Amino acid sequence: MAIKKFKDKLFSRATFRGITAIVIFVIIWEVGARSEQLFGYRFPFLGLVPPPSDVLASWGGLIGDPSYWQSWYMSFLRVFGGFAAAMIIGIPLGLFMAVNRTFYGMSFPTFEILRPIPPLAWVPASIIFWPTQELSIAFVTFLGAFYTIVINVLGGARSINKQFLQAAQSMGASQWDIFRRIVLPATLPSIVVGSAVGMGITWEVVVAAEMISGGGSSGGGAGGGLGFFIWSSYVGGSYEQIVVGMISIGIAGYFSSELLRQLGGLLTPWLKTR
Amino acid sequence: MSAVLDRPATDIVTEGAIRIDDVVKIYDPDGAAVMAVDHCSIDIPAGEICMIVGPSGCGKTTLLNAIAGFHGITSGSIHLDGELLCGPGQPQAEPGSDRIVVFQNGALFPWKTNLDNIAFGPMMAGKLSKQEIYDKARAMMADAGLSGTENNFPGEVSSGLRRRVEIVRALMNDPKVLLFDEPYRALDSLTKSVMHEALLEIYYRNKVTIFFITHDLEEAIFLGHRLVIMSSRPCKPKKIVEVDIPHPRDYSVLTSPRFREIMNEAKGVVHEEAQKAFDAGEKEG
Repeated sequence: MAIKKFKDKLFSRATFRGITAIVIFVIIWEVGARSEQLFGYRFPFLGLVPPPSDVLASWGGLIGDPSYWQSWYMSFLRVFGGFAAAMIIGIPLGLFMAVNRTFYGMSFPTFEILRPIPPLAWVPASIIFWPTQELSIAFVTFLGAFYTIVINVLGGARSINKQFLQAAQSMGASQWDIFRRIVLPATLPSIVVGSAVGMGITWEVVVAAEMISGGGSSGGGAGGGLGFFIWSSYVGGSYEQIVVGMISIGIAGYFSSELLRQLGGLLTPWLKTR
Repeated sequence: MSAVLDRPATDIVTEGAIRIDDVVKIYDPDGAAVMAVDHCSIDIPAGEICMIVGPSGCGKTTLLNAIAGFHGITSGSIHLDGELLCGPGQPQAEPGSDRIVVFQNGALFPWKTNLDNIAFGPMMAGKLSKQEIYDKARAMMADAGLSGTENNFPGEVSSGLRRRVEIVRALMNDPKVLLFDEPYRALDSLTKSVMHEALLEIYYRNKVTIFFITHDLEEAIFLGHRLVIMSSRPCKPKKIVEVDIPHPRDYSVLTSPRFREIMNEAKGVVHEEAQKAFDAGEKEG
């Protein structure tokens, strides 16, 4: 049953369209990149890009290179470290701001002043504050997800249907029961959405932070993550590797988001019914 | 000749009498006092289906919220079986499982399955074991024709079924009073008629006092022992109509001559109030 479903999905029209779109994209890219050899005329923009076949060859060489995978590992570590910290601090903070009016009044203005500061503007300050470069990058990554998570949790918890609370109260639920059994599950969809958006921002931030910080703690390219991988490829003049790095980040971001989507779906099974 | 007497002697309900005595509710949001309920007195005997009929926005829900304990009152008092819910010294009633509201838009918890929704009240009360609660919940669902939807989320079943789940959830608390706030407002008229019969069926099995707000006269006469027709804002009983059609009722009642007579009697009053409310709205607008 499950296998048949998977087969149906695999050979569906949507899959076919998706593959066709990617194939067409790669063909245009290849032809455009080789336009000077093929037509004697270099296409604008595309003519300067390394062709996908060269990128693939370069990638093939990197697959066996541990330092390439070390870059993946470092970026993932920073993204998930910063993201986990943002969840652990952001979710309770958002919930507490939503349920406690005094705390909300005291914290929200500060929060709103800090929120518009782009995480990347924190890079220099963060390098000064934190003892290691690793912590500076993790902190900036944390900020990328933190504000989005807090704002979503706060909004979700504040917009709970009042009648859920009244119904629970009538049925004898205590304050703690109401928090645990009503406020928390009612906010869960907003937590999931906030996390998904936050995850996207974390990847943006981590790559930029890695480029700026230049290599991370363990020296060379290995400790630098995918952001630094791209930067050092640029400095080293290996344009194929730049593209490999870019695509690697695309794949990494996709897997992170997909992981969150799946987790979110498991946590909020009732939303599938709508 | 009260409609309450029409019921067989074995069904006499001893709990759930509500006395609303001279209740006034003034909303004072920005210093501009708005009177929502004006010296309102209604006596509802235990086990009666009392239909509160009035134009939209007349303050009926304010009264319901006062009984449920969601809002306070400005003066007057409300008693349940002789015990003070709210009144002098106690402006707002304590919400409790003896008075359960079935809300206009439904308040089933979307993240809980139907069965878990129904078990919620007794789980909170903690008087029975989990096993006992779920056995009872399953039995009540079967009685209400909800078998097979236990593990569905409310979002997976039709709006008519959802309403039924919500009524069963309310009944699981063994309430003395069910407070309905126009629960069938959003349903189409065909679903509505099925829901009315289903509600009566549930009522015949679990006699409780029902305080039912509506602006649908046909619904009011079909379900109720008595109609309390409210004046438009401020809300105040304007006319009480006894519905002396014997229970149990089914949909053949709708075409009976007596039904038409009561309808005619009530319609004039309701229309007059609706017109007033409309005119007032035009002035404000």
